[in-house]
Amino acid sequence: MSKFAKKKSGELPAVSTASLPDIVFMLLFFFMTVTVMKDSTVKVENTLPNASEIKKLEKKDRVITIYVGAPTQEYQSTFGSEPKIQLNDKFASPSEVGDFILMERAKKAQELQNVLTTSLKVDKNANMGLISDIKQELRKVNALKVNYTTYEGDAFNNIN
Amino acid sequence: MPRRAGAPEVNAGSMADIAFLLLIFFLVTTTIETDAGLDRMLPPIEPPEEDVIIKQKNIFQVLINKNGQLLADDNIIGLKELRVKAMDFLDNNGDGTCTYCKGKKDAESSDNPTKAIISLKNDRETKYGTYITVQNEIVGAYNDLRNREAQRLYGQDFTDMEATYLNPETPSGVRDELKEKVKRIQDLFPQKFSEAETSTSN
Repeated sequence: MSKFAKKKSGELPAVSTASLPDIVFMLLFFFMTVTVMKDSTVKVENTLPNASEIKKLEKKDRVITIYVGAPTQEYQSTFGSEPKIQLNDKFASPSEVGDFILMERAKKAQELQNVLTTSLKVDKNANMGLISDIKQELRKVNALKVNYTTYEGDAFNNIN
Repeated sequence: MPRRAGAPEVNAGSMADIAFLLLIFFLVTTTIETDAGLDRMLPPIEPPEEDVIIKQKNIFQVLINKNGQLLADDNIIGLKELRVKAMDFLDNNGDGTCTYCKGKKDAESSDNPTKAIISLKNDRETKYGTYITVQNEIVGAYNDLRNREAQRLYGQDFTDMEATYLNPETPSGVRDELKEKVKRIQDLFPQKFSEAETSTSN
């Protein structure tokens, strides 16, 4: 009889998972701090063009976003495949842009109302006619600061 | 026999599951967004009180047609030439009053950077991608010239200075210092960039 009983072979000690929650919480906090909530689902094709001379849009609370592009597959049967304007969650005509801006502006705090930027997220295949109409509407309600939101990249990739 | 070991330990094995659930919720409902783009100011809708007379040679007219072709000052040019052409125009210094310009002093081109105006006109059927490329090149022409002056005066790029100035995380002391520098460079090459209303195609 040996004093030291042989360990049973094949039985590995279990890996401690006690620190797993800590790791996951760390990930969770990382994502909570670096991301922002989605405000609306985009119902249009939205491949933004590329540009190199861009400036970052700081302070999300000062930005009003307008999406433009052809409706995505699921909406094409009802709205057609011509580029459309999306305000919040619904499709709109150019004449509604002014009211939308005024409404969004009224929702913001008093001191921010004069420093708002309109971010135009336009699909690169849209036509300028629609954009010009939007620009006219923006001028009518005196929302003159616009940002043509783009991806960073070589601007010559836009032409093909 | 009374228990002496105190309260039994709560099983924390499912903590990881709960945390994962929260993690997945946040992954699904949020986006990592760093929006960036070309900043522009639209002209106010009220026309100016008095008509300003601008000499034809101080306007650099850029037309984009519906096929994405460019006409700059009555010459058909490629998109890649636009930046250089615009820089030549802005930097021309026709009347010799601009001490920092390095242009050709062509009498037929702009007088000095403070008078030079770039005018952009596009067709209703122009593709947005082409329009952004043209905008990008014109903003790029201004930025290149401003960078040149910023390098000469302060030894750094104007675009970097401006980005630091606009970043809300920059301490206010640094920002105040940059404010004047940025303003000075901007005044050397003011962005006078007009966009005409679009023409209807025929």
